[in-house]
Amino acid sequence: MKRYVYINENESSHELYCDNRISNRKYTVLNFLPKNLWEQFSRFMNQYFLLIACLQLWSLITPVNPASTWGPLIFIFAVSASKEAWDDYNRYLSDKKANEKLVWVVRQGIRKHIQAQDIHVGNIVWLRENDEVPCDLVLIGTSDPQGLCYVETSALDGETDLKTRGIPATCMGIDFELLHKIKGVIECPNPDKDIRRFDANLRLFPPFIDNDVCPLTIKNTILQSCYLRNTEWACGVAVHTGNETKLGMSRGIPEPKLTAMDAMIDKLTGAIFVFQIVVVMVLGIAGNVWKDTEARKQWYVLYPLEGPWYELLVIPLRFELLCSIMIPISIKVSLDLVKSLYAKFIDWDSEMIDYETGIPSHATNTAISEDLGQVEYIMTDKTGTLTENRMIFRRCCINGVFYGNESGDALKLLNAVAGSSPDVIQFVTVMAICNTVIPIKSKTGAILYKAQSQDEDALVNAAAQLHMVYANKNANILEIRFNGSIIKYELLEILEFTSDRKRMSVVVKDCQNGKILLLSKGADEAILPYAYDGQQTRTFIEVVEQYAQLGLRTLCLAWRELKEDEYQEWSLMFKEASSTLVDREWRIAEVCQRLEHEFEVLGVTAIEDCLQDGVPETIETLRKAGINFWMLTGDKQNTAIQIALSCNFISPEPKGQLLLIDGKTEDEVCRSLERVLLTMRITSSEPKDVAFVVDGWALEIALKHYRKAFTELAILSRTAICCRVTPSQKAQLVELLKSCDYRTLAIGDGGNDVRMIQQADIGVGISGREGLQAARAADYSIGKFRFLKRLILVHGRYSYNRTAFLSQYSFYKSLVICFIQIFFSFISGVSGTSLFNSVSLMAYNVFYTSVPVLVSVLDKDLSEGTVMQHPQILFYCQAGRLLNPSTFAGWFGRSLFHAIIVFVITIHAYAYEKSEMEELSMVALSGCIWLQAFVVALETNSFTVLQHLAIWGNLVAFYVINWIISAIPASGMYTIMFRLCRQPSYWITMFLIVAAGMGPVLALKYLRYTYRPSKINTLQQAERMGGPILTLGNIEPQPRSIEKEVSPLSITQPKSRSPVYEPLLSDSPNSSRRSLGPGTPFDFFQLQSRLSSNYSRNCKDN
Amino acid sequence: MTDPNRERYRIRETAFYLFTQQSLPACKPVLTPGWVITIFLFMGLIFIPVGLVTLRASHSVVEIVDRYDIECVPESSRIDKISYIQDDSIPKNCSRFMKVRKYMKAPINIYYQLDNYYQNHRRYVKSRSDKQLLHGRKYHDTSSCQPVELNNGQPIVPCGLIAWSLFNDSFTFIRERAELKVNRKNIAWKSDRDHKFGKNVHPFSFQNGTLIGGGKLYPKIPLSDQEDLIVWMRTSALPSFRKLYGRIEEDLDVDDVIVVNLMNNYNTYSFGGKKKLVLSTSSWLGGKNNFLGHACIIVGCSSLVLAIVFTLLHLKYRR
Repeated sequence: MKRYVYINENESSHELYCDNRISNRKYTVLNFLPKNLWEQFSRFMNQYFLLIACLQLWSLITPVNPASTWGPLIFIFAVSASKEAWDDYNRYLSDKKANEKLVWVVRQGIRKHIQAQDIHVGNIVWLRENDEVPCDLVLIGTSDPQGLCYVETSALDGETDLKTRGIPATCMGIDFELLHKIKGVIECPNPDKDIRRFDANLRLFPPFIDNDVCPLTIKNTILQSCYLRNTEWACGVAVHTGNETKLGMSRGIPEPKLTAMDAMIDKLTGAIFVFQIVVVMVLGIAGNVWKDTEARKQWYVLYPLEGPWYELLVIPLRFELLCSIMIPISIKVSLDLVKSLYAKFIDWDSEMIDYETGIPSHATNTAISEDLGQVEYIMTDKTGTLTENRMIFRRCCINGVFYGNESGDALKLLNAVAGSSPDVIQFVTVMAICNTVIPIKSKTGAILYKAQSQDEDALVNAAAQLHMVYANKNANILEIRFNGSIIKYELLEILEFTSDRKRMSVVVKDCQNGKILLLSKGADEAILPYAYDGQQTRTFIEVVEQYAQLGLRTLCLAWRELKEDEYQEWSLMFKEASSTLVDREWRIAEVCQRLEHEFEVLGVTAIEDCLQDGVPETIETLRKAGINFWMLTGDKQNTAIQIALSCNFISPEPKGQLLLIDGKTEDEVCRSLERVLLTMRITSSEPKDVAFVVDGWALEIALKHYRKAFTELAILSRTAICCRVTPSQKAQLVELLKSCDYRTLAIGDGGNDVRMIQQADIGVGISGREGLQAARAADYSIGKFRFLKRLILVHGRYSYNRTAFLSQYSFYKSLVICFIQIFFSFISGVSGTSLFNSVSLMAYNVFYTSVPVLVSVLDKDLSEGTVMQHPQILFYCQAGRLLNPSTFAGWFGRSLFHAIIVFVITIHAYAYEKSEMEELSMVALSGCIWLQAFVVALETNSFTVLQHLAIWGNLVAFYVINWIISAIPASGMYTIMFRLCRQPSYWITMFLIVAAGMGPVLALKYLRYTYRPSKINTLQQAERMGGPILTLGNIEPQPRSIEKEVSPLSITQPKSRSPVYEPLLSDSPNSSRRSLGPGTPFDFFQLQSRLSSNYSRNCKDN
Repeated sequence: MTDPNRERYRIRETAFYLFTQQSLPACKPVLTPGWVITIFLFMGLIFIPVGLVTLRASHSVVEIVDRYDIECVPESSRIDKISYIQDDSIPKNCSRFMKVRKYMKAPINIYYQLDNYYQNHRRYVKSRSDKQLLHGRKYHDTSSCQPVELNNGQPIVPCGLIAWSLFNDSFTFIRERAELKVNRKNIAWKSDRDHKFGKNVHPFSFQNGTLIGGGKLYPKIPLSDQEDLIVWMRTSALPSFRKLYGRIEEDLDVDDVIVVNLMNNYNTYSFGGKKKLVLSTSSWLGGKNNFLGHACIIVGCSSLVLAIVFTLLHLKYRR
């Protein structure tokens, strides 16, 4: 599981490891056709069509020319194959560009300019400023005397700040010339995709000094696709090359997501398939019976007395082919086409451009827009998603003295007292240097800070304004300008922040007096328990509590002076831990723990993270739309609750009620869970917002031991706050809801949300300050949380409606033509004759009926404004009211009715002397086309120019095309269309078909629209007539109040320290429910009704 | 409150921009009672007159239909009609009398009508070769003509079941002792004669095999002039159909009695088919067909009824 990289050994590694040729291609020229075909045929629909097409090659059974299936099939395959080929070609071009880029590489001790693809593991690669790194390198030298260099990693993780990378200690001070000849071995793990870890060792061979093993971390590497910045040159040893780099390994093809709608369409396709088989069997048997009883007597058919062995199969197979068009071959193409258009609409939407950054919204996954309209649960991150993630230092408490209480800005007050008290100075010093921030002097002389954490950025900036300016970082020397003097610290160690430790520390040496200091900052529970014995931490706990209730993020600052020998001893352990290859992270944490104790707690900082614009409105609207919100955050409980209150997530007392699930042991959690469940059941019938709060610890236990009860709770609860949860718990929660058949949407902005985003049905990433990691992993990326409203209510809803119409219509039109064929078989001796000729059949499915329906992507049943005002209407999409077996049954019935109308009118109007085959078939076909045009027109809610053009233009195009075909003497249809168009009876027949076919449909629709309107119809009427909406009522079975309430709680004006919030967190159900009396007998019933209402949502209402 | 930034992103309001924003100007029709009632009223007002006109046209057509397949079999043979029709030695002459009940204006179309005859049977419709009909024996691939494609290894022209089963009853018409002139030209479509049936293609080896189907063709006449065949080859989509036999180009007066001498050759007895002779004038709508008229009137009336019902409903439930 390890690889040994010998530096500058030219030959040895060639066979072992691949060269640096990058290949993202899926195909080669040779395997393109077989591989692509194989992939396409792994889909059931395609297999079905292929089977049909192959059967058609048997001329004995084919009713029509095989071209009528082969044509569209080849067309569809060609389209998707050429799309793949084009994508692959582009990948090839970009690979080629990267592979043929020239880089400086040491070969036989001399620097040579070679192509990037010829780099081998062990080669030394030289880079200049602004060069792109061609493969994963371990740094061994830079232009900087301290061995540092700066890299931009945005292509890798989306973070735009510069990161420092340093050469390993043992390479320090090696001469520039000698770097060409350096020899050694790097022991490193096999390639993986973790871009934050690189646990390796380096040992240089003599004459390069010591034989010591030198630990390497990710800090000593520069990875493929990064850029070298602010550094003249750097060189490094290639350790991973080609597709085995960290970037190459993390590149993966995500599993395609299937929308609920796709699943429904597949189900309906299956049902139609079964129906088709039944029809084929019935007609096949009937055909064979008719053949034996009647057709044998018909001398003119000349049936042989003895047929071949397969004779019994011939007629059923003919019907199978005749009915094969029941499953429309065009639906796949149509759906793909409209789906990519939905995605384009999202990309184009100018109302979803973040005008602060100019970033438009983007749909990475083009296939799942309909799911947006069916979202039932939204799991949201807090920091950076609901809030701006722009931190402002607001308050602090130093040694029991509060700063910034009234005005909210601690800076001014601190200014006044700064310089006088050593406590304050110490506090501000920790603020300034206990971090990993890099100060960069810009040309104007101002100092810019490059920080990875927004909290640190806020603290350093605040310290700078308090005249404690972190001015320069020169290798390990930190320069602080304080009141005109410069204080220098030597940075000895950084004990980095991890989410497990929840704190970070630095060990510095004061250059003035040589004292070694440990400076720490972290979450309260990671600092306060480790205070030295004598210190009273109660004030700090209260302060933290109070700040958290204001929705502020708190950090505790602490320090300790270290003795020289204590540090030395620890330093050795730390070094050893840092060079372990196994469980390094855990070992380091353990070692750090040994140093981080007996703190002197200095104080508490409070940082405000402002809510994003429009968050409360967005949440309120979406909650009205029947979407349940869960907040999953790593933050503290109180902070989370306050943010939740301020953004309408939960309602304050008396409307809302918060139930707490806590406990450290199984028993406690169990009891608490059951209590909450009981309360939930009681209150589920009341118009009351009940939410539960759970922390990471209790959640862990609940998910492990009480999964069933917790699932029940999850179903009952519309709102939940989960605090202190880890990324994997976030993903677990999403999975839990998914397993209950809910459509989930996860939205987040940071790397810790990636797992949840990938797990959810729909992942939405906010391209925010924490980099693009989440946005890259997500299906949709948006600039601000408030765009979610538009994404769901406008794009999701329209997409759902449009696809619902399009897919059902596709089946309808295929069924119409198929039913006509079936009826015709009854008057053609059940022999499987096709009424329509091959050309018509092919053009009908692929052209005549596909074009008008495609413009339904522009259809809007309600205007965007109306939907925004009445978000409840989304319920129709969530519950799948527009596409389900019963709506489909409606379309099925309509197709049967229309087929009967067309068939009966045609065969009677064109009886006797007019009953010529070609003429009759064209009459029936044009009857269908006329009906299609009017069906699409009737189902269209808003006509734009394009719709008129497509619907009526298509009708004209039908005639033009058939006139052209009728003008070709060789075609079977020669002169037919001209003859028909000259007959008055043809036109009368057409109008009769339209009137008889559409009259009842129109009448039914009108009756339903006027006398039993769905909520959508009511809104349509109101919107278009300009009248008021009388009552929309509650659409959902679950009663729910929608009127806005004035929040009695405001987070900017804190109540006194007395816990006003306590009643909100009533964890005993009886205390607040006393009026009802204990033990309501309806508990279970109510629970059931809620459950059943959920399951019965699919009932049809329109 | 216009944000200057916002303006920067705002491209001019071009049609494409509106399309991308899904905000093309659109008209949104509403199914108001007014509209719907008007539509149905309008439909009623259109379809009832159209139906009446159509019905009138249909009624103006005079049609005489005479079923002769049973009557033309002698009483003695009626028990076993099949052996009668298959026995070549029995003469198949037969005379029928048709009385003209209404004045018939020339041209009068003569149709023969076959009922329960499946010209649309799959095995039947497929059994032809359009290329051979046009190019004759130069076109060799007659596989589509199965089972009547070859005779002694030579391709049959015209091949296939359709041609093989050519209708071969013949009719002559006598009015008051004088033979009525029947025009047997131009009964097939001109387009078929010109472009579908070859001018240089002569029948070959037709009806020479062991199985004799229907009528024979004159070997000397090219297919493009064999109009009976051309008419027959235009297969019918329905099991009851009429095909044009010829035209009488004289007017027929009321109470004229027409004697039809016919050769009852064609076998419909084995499968229970019917044969009829039809004399019919035509109108702008074609032959006699009341269906369109009746259907239009029904649709029109129902539309009117619906319009009235909707009006009443609207008045009743207005508030």
